[in-house]
Amino acid sequence: MARPIQPPPVDRVAIVHGLRTPFAKQGTAYAGTSALTLATLLVRELLERAILPNDGLDAVVFGQVVPSIEAPNIAREVVLNLELPPRVDAHSVSRACATSTQAAATGTMMIQTGQADVVVAGGADSMSDVPLTVRKPLADALIRAQRAKRPLDKLRAFQGLGAWDLVPEPPSIRERSTGLSMGESAEKMARDNGISREDQDAYAHRSHWLAAKAYAEGIFESEIAPMYVPPQYDAVRRDNLVRFDSEISKYARLKPVFDPEFGTVTAGNASPLTDGAAAVLLMRESVADAWGFQPLAFVKSFAFVGLDPHDQLLMGPAHAIPKALDSAGIGLSDVAVIDFHEAFAAQILSNLRALESKRFAEEELGRSSPVGAVDMDRFNPYGGSIALGHPFAATGARQLNTVARELARRGEGYGLVAQCAAGGLGAAVVLEA
Amino acid sequence: MLTTQIRPDGVALLRIDVPAKSQNVVPPSIAVELEGALRAVASDARAVVLASAKPGSWIAGADLDAFRNCESEEEVVTLCRQAQNALNMLEKFELPVVAAIDGMCLGGGLEVALACHARIAADSPLTRLALPEVQLGLIPAAGGTQRLPELVGLEASLDLLLSGRRVDGREALQMELVDEVVPPSILVEVACKRALQRASGSGPRNRSLAEPRRLQKLALSNPVSRSIALNQAQRSMEKKTRGNQPAPLAILKAVRTGLEKGRSAGLDVEAKAMGELALSDVSHRLIDLFFAGRELRHASGVDASALPVRRVGVLGAGLMGRGISYITIEQAGLPVRLKDRDDSALTSGLRAVHRMLAARVERGKLGEREMERIAFRMTGTTEDRFAGCDVVIEAVFEELELKQQLLAAVEAETPDTTIFATNTSSLPVARIAEGARRKDRVVGMHYFSPAEKMPLLEVVRTPETSAETIATAVALGQRQGKTVIVVKDGVGFYTSRILVPYLNEAAWMLSEGVSVEAIDETAKDLGFPVGPCTLLDEVGIDVAAKVARIAESAYGTRMHPPGSLDRLIQDGRTGRKGEKGFYSYGSKRKVVDDSVYDALGVRLDRKTKMDARILQDRLLLMMVQEAIRCFDEGVVASARDADVGAVFGLGFPAHLGGPLRWVDGIGPAELLSRMRALQDRYGGRFTPSDRLEAMARSGERFHG
Repeated sequence: MARPIQPPPVDRVAIVHGLRTPFAKQGTAYAGTSALTLATLLVRELLERAILPNDGLDAVVFGQVVPSIEAPNIAREVVLNLELPPRVDAHSVSRACATSTQAAATGTMMIQTGQADVVVAGGADSMSDVPLTVRKPLADALIRAQRAKRPLDKLRAFQGLGAWDLVPEPPSIRERSTGLSMGESAEKMARDNGISREDQDAYAHRSHWLAAKAYAEGIFESEIAPMYVPPQYDAVRRDNLVRFDSEISKYARLKPVFDPEFGTVTAGNASPLTDGAAAVLLMRESVADAWGFQPLAFVKSFAFVGLDPHDQLLMGPAHAIPKALDSAGIGLSDVAVIDFHEAFAAQILSNLRALESKRFAEEELGRSSPVGAVDMDRFNPYGGSIALGHPFAATGARQLNTVARELARRGEGYGLVAQCAAGGLGAAVVLEA
Repeated sequence: MLTTQIRPDGVALLRIDVPAKSQNVVPPSIAVELEGALRAVASDARAVVLASAKPGSWIAGADLDAFRNCESEEEVVTLCRQAQNALNMLEKFELPVVAAIDGMCLGGGLEVALACHARIAADSPLTRLALPEVQLGLIPAAGGTQRLPELVGLEASLDLLLSGRRVDGREALQMELVDEVVPPSILVEVACKRALQRASGSGPRNRSLAEPRRLQKLALSNPVSRSIALNQAQRSMEKKTRGNQPAPLAILKAVRTGLEKGRSAGLDVEAKAMGELALSDVSHRLIDLFFAGRELRHASGVDASALPVRRVGVLGAGLMGRGISYITIEQAGLPVRLKDRDDSALTSGLRAVHRMLAARVERGKLGEREMERIAFRMTGTTEDRFAGCDVVIEAVFEELELKQQLLAAVEAETPDTTIFATNTSSLPVARIAEGARRKDRVVGMHYFSPAEKMPLLEVVRTPETSAETIATAVALGQRQGKTVIVVKDGVGFYTSRILVPYLNEAAWMLSEGVSVEAIDETAKDLGFPVGPCTLLDEVGIDVAAKVARIAESAYGTRMHPPGSLDRLIQDGRTGRKGEKGFYSYGSKRKVVDDSVYDALGVRLDRKTKMDARILQDRLLLMMVQEAIRCFDEGVVASARDADVGAVFGLGFPAHLGGPLRWVDGIGPAELLSRMRALQDRYGGRFTPSDRLEAMARSGERFHG
């Protein structure tokens, strides 16, 4: 039955649960496993743990960044794979590295507008199961052949193809508009903003060191679900990218990947290609109360921005953060914990500089005073994407989950999640305990 | 039962509908009615389509009571003759007749379809075709043994006739048992179209002769290959039935006669065989067992309604846990939470269940996507995560303390409504429930190994188990595809308890110098699928001895295990799991490990010819006698349950109908005298129970 559009909500939207798979380097623990399978296994585990009364799930909002030919609407396939009641609505969203942030934002809006009470929001990506496509000349020939009626015409359709045209093509990770790869964009930012190789390496080391420390302290225990992936079901319990023995000196030995001569971006100070899935369970506050769910945190505000990709591609967070903070009615200093997506150390350091820069505030944001200097004790205290890995569509939900659980531990305060994303996009979410 | 509608296009649409029944189970007179209906439309219609007015049931077979109620063989033969004549008329009818099959098409139903000129089946999960007569000790006696080989070839027809197995539409199409499979919604229309095409001689062309099945059918006409195939089937059936079941051999004879001497001679054999079989005790017992089993697959038998089960927890990823997980996701279609202590145990368990699914894909029984979806129902955990499970089934080692601990842990993390089911085979459920907070929610679910194959489930109730809990366990078992009997708690419950004296008796024979082969052959002559020595190897000799000792302390010296078992255990013989037992496990062929006799300290007595009848009686009576006690003590709720439990759980010979049905057949007085004879010779363990004595005096029977 259709739900009538409700009057403006008084209820807040709570994150009541969240899980992620262990993140694994491309082609390792999840080799051959599709994003859909990872998503299905993760959502199953989330629902097995959350135990919703009467199958009380209203919708699944999910996304993946590497396109899937088999399951374009991954959210619906998850619902069907899990044999959830068919009425459970599902749609998929796409916002590059901020995809699952968008999923959570959409889920939040669905609850706020009275369309749903309970939503699973998340994302999954598998760089181990990338669909390969044929190159344009071969694709054109195949279509010509399909339309041809006589056998000879079918053959003729393939005339003029060269050997290179037959080689399959992986999906591009270059910016369509600029033709630059992510790494090249990061190089440009490091260069233009004067971010040194040493600072980048030191930052990457910090990420690994803090992630390893968090593991030792058991921080991730409740948010990472062990995975047993069919058909072999070998247990995957931990992220396999975190360097538990990270040494600052080792970073300096790595060669720049994108600009061998003048570059500073290496495999060590960038987030790696990663497989994994993450999701949060969003619930209307009154429903959570009625069902006895203890919220981890509430969604206070969120903001999305767009920048010119030809400029500095990954500065989105520096624009989105003040917007989200304004909308929450708080300042940066009110935030107790931040999880800032680490695409590249160069991108992180560029954004941090911008936030504390008066000139950036004036010229780019139209504000008289800077957003503020970030207290590094509150910044990515459990490491970030460089150490943990970055399954594109899973990262946002991973961050929301970590920050929500941190707020639950503290019992008070605000949390902030931010990402840059391809196409010059940026995202920020404010959570409150 | 038949309604006729002549459509504007000239097709006479005949629809079958047996009033007030969910399935079209037809009286034999339907054939005569059909004959009449055909004659009535002969001049007005251009073609005929035979369909059902009941969704999901075409003709589910003939009403068996009609045969059973016959007073003489001649009466049965007459019934068969009528049906045969009517179907002959149908086959030769001047207008084309097309069967539009949606749903069950079994026994007499399939024989009607075979006589039609074409068969079109609906692609629906309810469509099943079979000639199950053999399973009931009967023969298809309306031309089934004659027309099936002509249609599908000798090999495929013998498979269907001698196994009685059901095929779905797709398989039926593959073997050309049906001509087409179409969606149910257009079935009747397609059938009408094909019937009209036949009437105008413009139907789809026959397939090429080069197809393999054509060649196979050609082989029918070659007397040499035909006779080789028939002889081979004959030998295999003789070996399997050992003279206990006449039906398979009668079927072979009818097929052979038809092929060698023609249709009419074949039909004679069919009818005559049916006359003999339909009135035989063997058939009556098999039919009673069939209906009893069906009841126990569907009826709850408990005066309470089952609680909803949305999720099942399984504790322990060993052999039993895997089997239980498999039937829960595959048959019951429920999510399973499988738990074991560590990742390696859990992983191998999950993997093994997945392999069972993959095997079904390989056999074409399951699609890839379907398998994927079923597999997603199963999740693994090494922690206490059963919060959402309505039933948690434990299948860990047979250790009382461990089971008690697990029960406490499950109770601690689950809501008050969660049922704890133990798959123990030897520990009393009440002991496991001793420390439970919610004793009414503790029940036994005793599956047999391998759980994915064995059809029986014993649901074990303690005095504290609530009716609701029992009903829920029964319903879950039935959803898992099991035939379920509810039994009273106690050492060995029902099936293990009656097995102990049977296995003990085999061990006594061994210590007397009877060979392993002789003992196993004795059991197989009786009709058991395997002999007790083989079974001991499978169960584990140490396990059997342990259970026997527990049984002895509970039930007295008649359960005392002979010392021979201990001697074998001391020799390091535990059976298959240790690859050392009665049989050798190195080679592929099954041979007795002769060193077993040295271990037993016996000289093998190959010369003295043991009286086969006495050996048979010793094995059989020990089991039967204990079954009587169980019935007497209310361990089983009814004679039906006692019989079904023994046949489905232990492989008790089906043609005997179950231990209590068998006693009813020979009479309690006869049993008593045989018991006495054995008591004189072998001592106290053959002492008849008071109940048997009383029944022998009164002549009372177990089955009403």
